[in-house]
Order: sequence, then structure tokens, then C-alpha cells
Amino acid sequence: MIFEGRAHKYGRDVDTDVIIPARYLNTSDPDELAGHCMEDIDSGFIGRVKPGDIIVAGENFGCGSSREQAPVAIKAAGVACVVAASFARIFYRNAINIGLPILVCPEAVRETGTGDELRVDLDAGEVENVTKGRTYAADRFPGFMQEIVAAGGLMNRVRQRMAEK
Amino acid sequence: MAEPMTITEKILARACGLEEVHAGEFVNAKLDLALANDITAPLAINEFRGAGLEKVWDPERVALVCDHFVPNKDIKSAEQAKQVRDFAAEQGIEGFFDVGRMGIEHVILPELGIVVPGDVVIGADSHTCTYGALGAFATGVGSTDLAAGMATGEVWLRVPETVRFVYSGTLGRYVTGKDLVLDTIGRIGVDGALYQAMEFAGEAVAAMPMSGRFTMCNMAIEAGGKSGIIEPDEVTMEYVSGRARREPVLFSSDNNAVYADVMEIDAGAVRPQVAKPHLPSNAVDAEELSGMDIDQVVIGSCTNGRMDDLRMAAEVLKGRKVAPGVRTIIIPGSQHIYQQAIKEGLVDIFIDAEAAVSTPTCGPCLGGHMGILAAGERCVATTNRNFVGRMGHPESEVYLAGPYVAAATAVTGYVSVPEEVLA
Repeated sequence: MIFEGRAHKYGRDVDTDVIIPARYLNTSDPDELAGHCMEDIDSGFIGRVKPGDIIVAGENFGCGSSREQAPVAIKAAGVACVVAASFARIFYRNAINIGLPILVCPEAVRETGTGDELRVDLDAGEVENVTKGRTYAADRFPGFMQEIVAAGGLMNRVRQRMAEK
Repeated sequence: MAEPMTITEKILARACGLEEVHAGEFVNAKLDLALANDITAPLAINEFRGAGLEKVWDPERVALVCDHFVPNKDIKSAEQAKQVRDFAAEQGIEGFFDVGRMGIEHVILPELGIVVPGDVVIGADSHTCTYGALGAFATGVGSTDLAAGMATGEVWLRVPETVRFVYSGTLGRYVTGKDLVLDTIGRIGVDGALYQAMEFAGEAVAAMPMSGRFTMCNMAIEAGGKSGIIEPDEVTMEYVSGRARREPVLFSSDNNAVYADVMEIDAGAVRPQVAKPHLPSNAVDAEELSGMDIDQVVIGSCTNGRMDDLRMAAEVLKGRKVAPGVRTIIIPGSQHIYQQAIKEGLVDIFIDAEAAVSTPTCGPCLGGHMGILAAGERCVATTNRNFVGRMGHPESEVYLAGPYVAAATAVTGYVSVPEEVLA
């Protein structure tokens, strides 16, 4: 999978309360959630984001609440991929489980600014900053998680396993 | 002869039917309990149904607690709670807790003996790590993981490395588990224990009641931890006795277990803490903020909504009044605690002090309802997060503290240590 889009850059410790404030968690509808994505950290985000754009952030992205509505809102807002220096663990699992591509690549994060054009090759584990003409190697998913991704998300894998039984 | 293991590795080994497991291994563990609430269960139910699944693996091992936006705060919340209620009825889930039977999930599940030592628990709520205080492995997951857990009775996990925090000495008079854990998060940062188990030990923990232990394990997630854990002892067994619905299984770490790190902390030197906006790691001695005006105090939540927490608040509020201009909201964590607080006369103390006392709910902690802040307002809360917009307007501020500091602050109207009021 290859994604090309413009970067929206954020700092470290972006928590799930700012990704999707709890006051909007009275719905599970992805499009409704997407309308409030990043609202408390960047109220203009939803007006600017274009399908295929990429969120780039510092350490501990998605810390705090376990709300899966956070990666759901990001995905439904049209974001193709999140590249961060590191991810909080529940967000990391949730993103894989719902099929939001994520990559850990601290070097790319350091040198990328908002508006830079990125090209992310998920299979090769590579982030290219087209604007700056630099390419970075990212961490690849452990094999265990690649299975989930290959199955098209956790529930598909569960369905396969239940059928085998 | 097995290699030495931490308590976390031993619990997971048992749940995997293996002699031993070690940090870094990927395992499939059998679940003792899968938990969700009224804002995470609806997504999990949608995923469950979307995958064409019909029955949960064991209705006795699923708990659904409507606690976040209930009593229903609006029509959409009512619809979500109804979805959970209908699912529980359809699946024959007895561990469904609704208004009147409901309490804050991480308060009632231990209280009712639904979680016991040795358990492996996942919950679609990040503060599921609270149950580590019982000597269980418990971790927060998202709704899809929870859906898979409800279907299969298993969860895939990477066995976490453990950091052991050893607290020596005796806590000061008004210093609690909350102060200790805020101080620790202040030392290591909000990702200081990322993906790791935080094992709390040492004489200060051994001397701590269960309430303080629950508070400490509850906040492990605020340091990025996968779990918090405390080895079960007499205090644990006294709590569990008469409650446990299953036979507890007691584990402890081997003396020569392998730790990612061991931190020694002098608990006797820790002063009452306050974590400033907008991260729980911004912990400072409460004295440093002395004199800062506040608009609201909240005492409650899965972190500090237990009987001991209310007793601490009452110790400060007894015979006193909340300062003019300060709204004080006190929320018992369960119906049982609410009733006990009435019996002990604590609710009279709170009402005489002109505080509001509410039915159990997570409400204000996550900015849901029951105490939302306006722009520019400041709250001292015994809750767990002070992120931007956590309790309301994105320009409001939450300061995290323990019940003593929160109650003292309510009396003076500015950030105060209890000695200021109780002297």
C-alpha cells in the first residue's frame, strides 16, 4: 500500500481527548465523529484536511482514553495514514484493528513540516518527504500484527478462526 | 525449572496454559472477564454483529456497565445505553449494570468480587488497569479488541516488560496513593512506562489500604503503562474475602525476576501533589500552587470515588463551608458507597458544607455532564486526566489532586494543602 498526501504536523502527547472530545462520544457514526476530528487541538483541521492527507506527530500519539472513536474519526476524516515518533499502546492496537495505517518513524517526523508532500510505502516501511527530497526507513509491524493487517482487520481474523472451529 | 518470572508473566503464563512466558513474547491469553461501558460497548456490539457473530463466548464473563453518560445526558446517550441494555438482555449477560444498580465500572467490579486476584481482564476503557491492585493482569483495549474478546474469550498480547517501583518509608499524614502516583508520573513522564507493566511495591504500598492501591494502579495508563500491578497480600485477601465470586489465584514475582528497570522512591519525602494542565505528568507539590483561585472542585471518579476517598473529603469538610464562588461536586463511585456515606453521616457533612452530591457517574471526569467547565474556568479534581478540553471548554483547566487537597481547596477557594484548613 502506497499513500501520497500532504502532512499535518503536531507535537508530542496528542491525546485521544483532543483527537475526538468525549462530548461527541454519544454517537458511533464515523462521519459524525470525523466532523469533530482534532477539534480541541486544531479547530481548522476539518476545514483543511483533504482525502489522502497524512498526520505526522511526535512521541506518544493517541495517549489517554481507549476510545476507538479516535482512529475511527481520523480515518473517516479522509486521513490515509499516521506517521509518529511513537504511539500509545491502545491507540496502536485500535488503529491496526480498524485498518488505519500507522507507521513509527521518528526521523521523518523530525524533518517534516505541515504542508510537506509525503509518500508512504507501508509494505516497504518507507516514508519519503517529496518536498524535501528525503527518504526514511520506518519500523515495520511485527509478524503477529501483519497477520491481522493481511486479514483485513481483527474481526475478519476472528471470523476466519471461528469458521475453522 | 522455569526461568524466574514477574507476577505479570506468571498470570499470563497460567492464562495461556504454559509453564512460563517472558517479556516480548506474543501470546494468546484466555480471558476471565471482558468489560465495556456505554460509550465503548456500542462500537464493540456493532463490530460483533458486523462480523456475523451471534453469541458471546460466555455471558458470565462479560460485564457491561453504563456509567459514562448515564443517567442519560441526552437523546443520543440514551440510544447508546439502550443498545447496550438490549444486547445484555439478548445475550443473557447478568453482569449488566444500569442506573440504580450502576456504579463506576472500576469501582463496582472489584467491590462485587467480579474481578479477583490472578485474573486476566480486558476492558474497553483505559482505566481497566485499576484491577492490578488485586494482583490481576488487567489492561485497556479498544472496542474491536473487546468485540473479539467477547466472541472468542481470548486476547492476543505482547507480554510486557515490567518496571518495579519500590516505595520505601511511611507516607506523611495527608499524603495518599494519589500523591504517590502523581509524583511517580511526574518523574517518568506520560510515556515513561509505555507498553510496560508498572509493579508497585515497598513498605509504603504494603501499608496502603486497597483504596490507595486501586488509585495507583488506575493511573498506570497515565504513564503509558499497559498495566499496573501489586502483589496480593493480607490487605488484598481481607478485601477479597466475602466478595470473590471465583477462587482467587495468588501470584508474586520471583526474587530474581527480570525487570526493565527498578526505581527506588522515598515515599516519606513525597508531599501532596497537584498535576497542572495539560498533562498528568505536570505534578508539583501542592504548596507551589498555593493561592491560585479555582471555580470548581470534583471529588469522585474511578480514581478516587471510593469510601476512603469520601472519608478524607469529609474529614476536611466537616463543620466547614465550601468557599463562595466554588462549586463542589462529590460523586460516590457506587450505590453501596453512596449508601455507606449516608450511614456514616458523610453526605450530611457534604450537604451542610454546600457541596452537591450526585448518583454515581463518570460524568465530569471526561467532560460528559454533571460539572462541565466554561472557558477560562479552573477545576481541582480527584480524577485522572487534565488534557485540553477534558472537563469542558478547550480553554478550561483541570488540576489533578487527591481528596485531601481537593477538599481543602473547596474550603478556601484556592489551591490549598489540608494543613491549611485542618490546623
